[in-house]
Amino acid sequence: MKYLALFLLLLPMPILAADVDVTLVIKNNRFSPAEPHVPAGKKIRLVLDNQDAGAEEFESYELNREKVIAANSRGYIFIGPLTPGRYPFFGDFHQQTARGVVIVE
Amino acid sequence: MFGASIIVFREALEAALLIGIIAAATQGLSGRGRWIGIGIASGLALSLVVAGLTDVIAQWADGAGQELFNAAVLGVAVLMLAWHNIWMANHGKEMAAQAKRVAHSVVAGDAELSAIALVIALAVLREGSETALFLYGLSTSDQLGAMAVLSGAGLGLLGGVAAGSILYAGLVRIPLRWLFGVTSLLVLLLASGMAGQIARLLIQGDILPFAGAALWDTSGFLPMNSALGNLLHVMMGYEARPSAMQVMFYAATFCLILLGMIWSGRVQARLKPGVHPPIQTA
Repeated sequence: MKYLALFLLLLPMPILAADVDVTLVIKNNRFSPAEPHVPAGKKIRLVLDNQDAGAEEFESYELNREKVIAANSRGYIFIGPLTPGRYPFFGDFHQQTARGVVIVE
Repeated sequence: MFGASIIVFREALEAALLIGIIAAATQGLSGRGRWIGIGIASGLALSLVVAGLTDVIAQWADGAGQELFNAAVLGVAVLMLAWHNIWMANHGKEMAAQAKRVAHSVVAGDAELSAIALVIALAVLREGSETALFLYGLSTSDQLGAMAVLSGAGLGLLGGVAAGSILYAGLVRIPLRWLFGVTSLLVLLLASGMAGQIARLLIQGDILPFAGAALWDTSGFLPMNSALGNLLHVMMGYEARPSAMQVMFYAATFCLILLGMIWSGRVQARLKPGVHPPIQTA
């Protein structure tokens, strides 16, 4: 019963939030844009467009997300609604070059 | 070369720690070595298949295929770990007694042994398919030779296997009276952590539409990318910024398995008067 009540508490939040699409291109083991700006308080669909010949894993501790994008393919992950701030992310397979920050404002 | 080592080490570590715990938890079970071997071998074979199909899987379910697939893999693993723990609550005493006399091991049914093989295969599959993708990408980029990639990967794999072996060696030094209590607790935490990951995947793929802010933030105190944070993440599903849904999945799984263990222990105690339920953990 307690869980059900908690469930119900969480219900209205996503209904209020509209989806926003933000595309990140992965090329030469780099993200572009490396610092995407997204609105606060909205659910965001991050479209990851991997144009490299190798797979990449989008990972972020701050966003609590992790997803492998196969070579030459697109994938997406949902993030947010987020509070304003900086949320760093990186490509786990190419950590030296593939780095970026989602800027929520 | 060392970049390859680190990634392979991290992936191998996750699978190796789980195998170390399972191997210790099945101490004294007849034929467990063969079934653990079957689990590892089939997991390796399957991970190549899944790595090859990454593209196809990702396109399922409107692009949420990878999340659904991984959630399903984790879901089956949670069920198998739950089964194992509930089975152990019934058989642990007997196994502790038998393990003392190494020559006689407990004959377990095919169900328990295949649950163990399956959970190991799924762990190897999850980590192995990611590793295969990473190594394949590395070997196609011309910065590194195949030899450097292979030796780097081999080094990482060795490190992971060593860590799993150390955990196993440490666990089996625990007096048998307590060993299965400790391993049952570790398996319970592993399964709960996996359930938490299922919630994260379903939110990430927008299958569960309950997103929102983290319930708490302990990243300043114990960051996920620290060695301890990562170890706790692998072994008991620690998250520095979990969502409410993740915590709920974790807690619900923890409670359900624990109830199953208590119930199973009671049944055994009733069948054999004078024998107490063997699980005293948590």
